[in-house]
Amino acid sequence: MHELSITQSILDISLDKAKAAQAYKINKISLVIGELTGFVSECVQFYFDFLSKDSIADGATLNFKLVAGELRCRKCSTTFNPKDIMWVCPICQSRSVEVIGGRELYIESIEVETNGDKSPTKYSGS
Amino acid sequence: MEIKVLQNILGANEAIAAQNRQLLDEHKIAAINFMSSPGAGKTSLLLQTIKNLKSKVKIGVIEGDVASKLDSDKIKGEGVAVIQISTGSSCSLEAHMISLALKDLPLTDIDLLFIENVGNLICPAEFALGEHKKVVISSVPEGDDKPTKYPLIFTETDVVVINKLDLLPYVDFNLNNFRRALKGVNPKVKIFEVSCKTGEGLRNWYSWLLSEVKAITTR
Ligand SMILES: Nc1nc2c(ncn2[C@@H]2O[C@H](COP(=O)(O)OP(=O)(O)O)[C@@H](O)[C@H]2O)c(=O)[nH]1
Ligand SMILES: [Mg+2]
Ligand SMILES: [Zn+2]
Repeated sequence: MHELSITQSILDISLDKAKAAQAYKINKISLVIGELTGFVSECVQFYFDFLSKDSIADGATLNFKLVAGELRCRKCSTTFNPKDIMWVCPICQSRSVEVIGGRELYIESIEVETNGDKSPTKYSGS
Repeated sequence: MEIKVLQNILGANEAIAAQNRQLLDEHKIAAINFMSSPGAGKTSLLLQTIKNLKSKVKIGVIEGDVASKLDSDKIKGEGVAVIQISTGSSCSLEAHMISLALKDLPLTDIDLLFIENVGNLICPAEFALGEHKKVVISSVPEGDDKPTKYPLIFTETDVVVINKLDLLPYVDFNLNNFRRALKGVNPKVKIFEVSCKTGEGLRNWYSWLLSEVKAITTR
């Protein structure tokens, strides 16, 4: 799996954006991950905790928004979510299909703390 | 506060891949990314191809298959430029590794560059390297349902080489089933059916490679 290098990218991009916003802490990173990318979210948090030590992202939560795989049948144009690894049209049983969704792999947003931050709810309890 | 990011996680890889591609184009080098499960025959196809084409085109190799340390000596023995990348525990070559390897290759002396990727059918589908063509090698003993089991890589590839044709009499492998499954996910794919052992079918593969080299050098 390529999770280690992906996790490093997630961290790099997030630190970059946080720095640009002059944030001193990253609390949360929201990711959008397509089901067809073969991406295993479990190990990413693990790698992340390891890689983010000594950075302002230490302790941040990763939030994964999974996007289902979506295929379109080339014969009858039905769109469907593949149930398993078999890509077969549920209407006409054709195997001639194209991928139209589920390849996403991006950072949607990050939640940070800045000195000018005016949302006190974030500090409750700490 | 929340910051919108909307940035591709593999964006850095893609940017480096684009740089690699540009460098390859400047030197008019056709780059081919070899991908397969371990043991399908990437190195064997590479060696056969080098033997047969080295008098016609100048070949270079980036060897990223961990199992191929020994093989890279064999490739060197053929007198072509080869860079071995140690990928460590990585499951795929990535663009930055290729970028470093390109610095160490005599680019002005190469027309055709083969990149042997890590033996894996999942991860290499995600990492662009800057190659001109992707080639997946799938061997007869692996079964005719490979394109169904790993649809993504078969969807993305330009070429599929079905290798170990000499084993057809001994295993349950239906060429038609394979072709149908493959064309289903990838109608435009080019298919070559070969045996690196007997040499069957390799001539068409060589002609295709030569036409790729020609397309790039005459551009
Ligand atoms: N019978 C047969 N064996 C082959 C053929 N091509 C490769 N092999 C064998 O398959 C094994 C793995 O090949 P290799 O090229 O190292 O695969 P790689 O891991 O994809 O680089 C080796 O033992 C090869 O000798 C073929 O066409 N027919
Ligand atoms: Mg090999
Ligand atoms: Zn259909």
